[in-house]
Amino acid sequence: MQWLNHAFEVVVLEWGLQLLQGALVTLQIAAGAFAIGMAIGVLVAMVKLSGPRPLIRLADLYTTLCRAIPELLLILLLYYAGSDLINFVLARFGQEPAEINGFFAAVVVLGIVQGAYAGEIIRGAIQAIPSGHIEAARAFGCRRTLILRRIILPEMLPYAIGGLSNLWLVLIKDSALISIVGYSELLFTTKQAAGSTREYLLFYLSVSALYLLITLLSNLLFSRIDHHIARWMPAH
Amino acid sequence: MDFSWFSEYHPQLWLAALTTVQLLLVSGSAGFVLAILVGFGRLSKQPFIAWFSLSYTNLIRGTPLLVQIYVLYYGLGSLFQDMPTLRDSILWPYLREGFWYVALALTLSVGGYLGEVLKSGLRAVPKGGLEAARALGMPRLLVIRRIWLPQTLYMLLPTLAGESVMLLKSTALASTVAVMDALGVANLIRNQTFLTYEPLLIIAGLYLLLAIAIEQLFKRLESRLPFRNAL
Repeated sequence: MQWLNHAFEVVVLEWGLQLLQGALVTLQIAAGAFAIGMAIGVLVAMVKLSGPRPLIRLADLYTTLCRAIPELLLILLLYYAGSDLINFVLARFGQEPAEINGFFAAVVVLGIVQGAYAGEIIRGAIQAIPSGHIEAARAFGCRRTLILRRIILPEMLPYAIGGLSNLWLVLIKDSALISIVGYSELLFTTKQAAGSTREYLLFYLSVSALYLLITLLSNLLFSRIDHHIARWMPAH
Repeated sequence: MDFSWFSEYHPQLWLAALTTVQLLLVSGSAGFVLAILVGFGRLSKQPFIAWFSLSYTNLIRGTPLLVQIYVLYYGLGSLFQDMPTLRDSILWPYLREGFWYVALALTLSVGGYLGEVLKSGLRAVPKGGLEAARALGMPRLLVIRRIWLPQTLYMLLPTLAGESVMLLKSTALASTVAVMDALGVANLIRNQTFLTYEPLLIIAGLYLLLAIAIEQLFKRLESRLPFRNAL
């Protein structure tokens, strides 16, 4: 009982606010990366399905590389490469090298990694759309962008939502890797808390619970969304 | 690009690659055994076993692997440090090493992820075959060993290939707790030579090769399947 009291005091009263802030940052990183990943994913899927040959090669290379190389390694590579690139561009314009915004870097890096997975999921989902629907739209004279916006994207969602919700969960968990490059999200805050109180087990178990809570709530949310999106799908 | 460090560091690189492969094999095989238990546990008719397996997979799949590694390495590790009996025991050299903590974390993780995959595979095996085996009086373990598991594994081979590549990528997290695996050595070289990209790129190539090797291995296994292709 005394131990419980002590645990509550240290985790909730002393560090609770910082941990919650960290969790919020984690959610923001994941949401931003998810948006970028989706945009890249749609682009990659469209290229793979109907792009010119060299672009298809490039897209294949991108998805293969990003799915075969460990995320942690990719994050390190892209993080340094990205900041070097920005500083290189700045130097070209005669500017001083800038400190890279850690949040922005984290979002872009995770987004690029997730784009590869999203691309494959979305490609599969688009291929599951009955081709007659797209042909019908074309027969009515819809332009490509209109077909994409009104037919392909809404119609592929029910097929893709399962994979995409998995991707979101992966993203929540992968965002913990950002703590390695030193941006202060949930796990990084926890590390600081554990280090300064020397209560390693307590804090890492608490943060596990926090991550678990986020993923369980996400599951709940996605099953709602799934229910809503798939409402017009034929019942099996 | 400057690769002059390569001749100096290549023995360490080989050793590191070996460490990565060891992690892969140790946690892959131990995790596979655990996953079979979890898979059957998920299908168990005993409510407690089913609930326990479900909670286990939820826990493992709902928290980042990095956090799990930290819980074991820093959390349990700090507890072990305060136990004098343990510190004097012959186990202590192993308990100090990050390798075994990561191996344990990866094993638990494979058990969770693969257990869930195996569960759906086990459920997809046609019932008739199992019933026939039971009707012929096969003991339960024999049914599992000779009929149920082989069919499940044949069916799941492509998924197993994917999960193995996932495991390979997860082993890179070992570098975060000072294990000299492939990525760990790349970080070491980076710190000693002040080169950012070259070591990381070499190691990326190494992971790519390992991933391709895994894919090829599973492709070869798949081509030996005793399945008739109906198409």
